[in-house]
Amino acid sequence: MSVLPQEATMVATSSPTAAASRAAKLMKRRSRVRFYEIIVWLAAIAAFFVLPSKMLILTEIAILALFAVSLDLVLGFAGIVSLGHTAFFGLGAYIAGLVALHYVAEPVVGLLAAGIGAGLLGFITSFLILRGSDLTRLMTTLGIGLMMAEMANQMAWLTGGADGLSGFSLGPILGMFEFDLFGKTGYVYCLVVLFVGTMLMRRLAFSPFGLSLKAIKANPMRAGMIAIPARKRIVTVYTIAAVFAGMAGALLAQTTSFVSPDVLAFHRSADVLLVLTIGGTGYLYGGIFGAVLFTLVKDWLSIVTPQYWMFYIGLILVVLVLVGRDRLARWIEYLPEHLSKSKEEGR
Amino acid sequence: MLTILFDGVAYGMLLFILACGLTVTLGLMNFINLAHGAFAMAGGYVTVVMMNRYGISFYWCLPAAFIVSALIGLVLERTLYQWLYQVSHLDQVLFSIGIVFMAVAATDYFMGGQQQLINLPPELSGRMDVFGVGVGRYRLFTIIVCAALALALQLILSKTRFGSRLRAAVDDRRVAMGLGINVPLVFALTFAFGSGLAGLGGAMGAEILGLDPNFPLKFMIYFLIVVSVGGTSTVSGPFLAAMLLGIADVAGKYYVPAIGPFVIYALMIVMLIVRPNGLFARGGR
Repeated sequence: MSVLPQEATMVATSSPTAAASRAAKLMKRRSRVRFYEIIVWLAAIAAFFVLPSKMLILTEIAILALFAVSLDLVLGFAGIVSLGHTAFFGLGAYIAGLVALHYVAEPVVGLLAAGIGAGLLGFITSFLILRGSDLTRLMTTLGIGLMMAEMANQMAWLTGGADGLSGFSLGPILGMFEFDLFGKTGYVYCLVVLFVGTMLMRRLAFSPFGLSLKAIKANPMRAGMIAIPARKRIVTVYTIAAVFAGMAGALLAQTTSFVSPDVLAFHRSADVLLVLTIGGTGYLYGGIFGAVLFTLVKDWLSIVTPQYWMFYIGLILVVLVLVGRDRLARWIEYLPEHLSKSKEEGR
Repeated sequence: MLTILFDGVAYGMLLFILACGLTVTLGLMNFINLAHGAFAMAGGYVTVVMMNRYGISFYWCLPAAFIVSALIGLVLERTLYQWLYQVSHLDQVLFSIGIVFMAVAATDYFMGGQQQLINLPPELSGRMDVFGVGVGRYRLFTIIVCAALALALQLILSKTRFGSRLRAAVDDRRVAMGLGINVPLVFALTFAFGSGLAGLGGAMGAEILGLDPNFPLKFMIYFLIVVSVGGTSTVSGPFLAAMLLGIADVAGKYYVPAIGPFVIYALMIVMLIVRPNGLFARGGR
C-alpha cells in the first residue's frame, strides 16, 4: 500500500480516461487470484483423499468456514460487530430441517430455501443496525439472536422445542449423489457450497462495492461525502451475509440429519467471532484459516478436557486480545517475501 | 396484582444493583464489559460457600461478597482491563467473552454445575400481609437495601469529591489528568466498586434469580438492557430502566408465560431504535 500516494498524484494529474483505466487496473490487481488461495482449495481437495477417516471433522470445518466467511463480510468489510450472527445460521438449519421433514428430501432445495429464509430475516433486521453506536448494534444483534433462540424453544410444535428436530433423512444430492455412511458425499457437498459461496463473496468483496464498504467502515461520514449510500450498502451486505450464514446452517442440518436448539446458542456467535479473530478479518480467507485452526483446537481440547474445554477457549480469547489481534493477523507477513507481498495488496 | 408489582420492584432493584457497576464501566469508561455477570456470580458463590460450608450468618456474607468481588475486580482491572480501554470495541467484546467462558468453566469445575441454594435466616423467609397485600419478607429486605444503596450511589456521585473526580475523568480524560487527578486510580477504584456492587447483587439475588455456573451468560442481556435503555449519564436512568425491566419481566412471565421473554427483547430493540442513546440520555452527545 506504500505506493498509493504516488498513484494518487498520477491519477490526479492525468486525464479522466487515463484515471479510469488506472482505477480499473488497481481494482484488477486487488481482485487477482492469489497463490495461497489455490493452495487452500488444493489442500481441501487433497484432504478428501488423504484423510478418509476424518470426513466428519472436515465437514465441520467447511461449514464453520462458510459461516465465518459470511461474518467476515459484515465484520471485516462493513465493520459491524455482530453478536447475533448465529440467528441466521440457526434459522437456516431449521428451515433446511423442516423442508427435508415435510416437503422435499433433495438437499439443494433445502439449501436454497434456507438461504432465502435467512436472507429475508437479514434484510428485515438490517434496518435495526443502521442506527447507533457499536454498543447499540451489539445489543440489537444479540437481542435478535436471543429472540430467535427463544422462539425455537417455545414453538415446540414446529421445531421440536428442546428436543430438536430429527427423524428426517435426505435424498441424493440433485438426485444423483447419495449420502454415504462415512460422510464422503457430505464433505464434497459442503466443500462445493463453501467454494461457490466464497467465490461469490470474494467477487463481491473485491469489487468497487466491497471497496465502498471498507470506506464506510473507516469513516462513514467521509464515505457519505463521496456519495457512497452507506445505509443501502449496509442493508445489502448484511442481507447477503445472512444468506450465506443460513446456507451454512442448512449444511449442518443436512449433513447431521439433526437440528438442535444449540444452533441458535449464544456460544456459536462467540465461536465464530473467535474463528475470525484467529484467522484475521477483512480478506475472507481468514474465516477458512480460522475455522481449520479453531476446529482442530476445539477437537483436541474436547478430548483432553471433555467438560471444561470452554475454559481454554476463553483463555485463548483473552490471550489473543492481550497479545493483539493485528499482530497475529499479520502472520502472513512473516512468510517469504513473494508470498506475503501479494497478500498485502489484498487488504 | 400488587404482589406482582411488588415482586417486580424487588427484581428491578436487584437488577439495578447488579448492573449499576456496568453503567460505570460501559457508559463512563466506554468499555464493553460482557463479563460483568462473572463478578456477580463470584459474589453469589462466596455467599453460598460461606453459608453452607462454614455456617456464617447471611448478614456477614453480604459485605464479604462485596469485598471479595471488589478485590477480584481490582486485581483484574490492574492486570488486564486497564490495557484495553483504548482498543477497539471488538477486542473488548472478545476479551470479556473470553473471561465469561473461563469463569463459567472454572465455576463448573470447582462448584459443580448444579443450582446452588442458600438458606435464608428465618426472619427473612416467608410472607407477611401489609394492608392486604402479600409481601415476601426477603423481597422487602432486598428493596430496602437496594434503595438505600441507590440513594447512596447518587449522593456519592453528585456530592463527594471522588464523584466529581470520576465525572471529570470521564468527561475529558486528558484535561482531568492535567488538573492533577489520578485518572487510572479513579478508574480502578470505580471498577472495583462496581464489581463489588455486582457481587453484592449476586449474593442477594442467589435466592431470587438463582445461581449456577451459567449465571453470567444468562443475565448478560439483562445487564446490557438496563444500561443501554437507561443511558449512562445518570444513576436515575438505569435505576428507572431496571425498575421497568423488572416489572415487565415479572408481569410478562406471570400473565403471558409463552411469550414472556419476547416482550423484553422486543421492548429493548424498539427502545434502541427510538432512542439509541438511552431513555434518559443527556442531549448533545
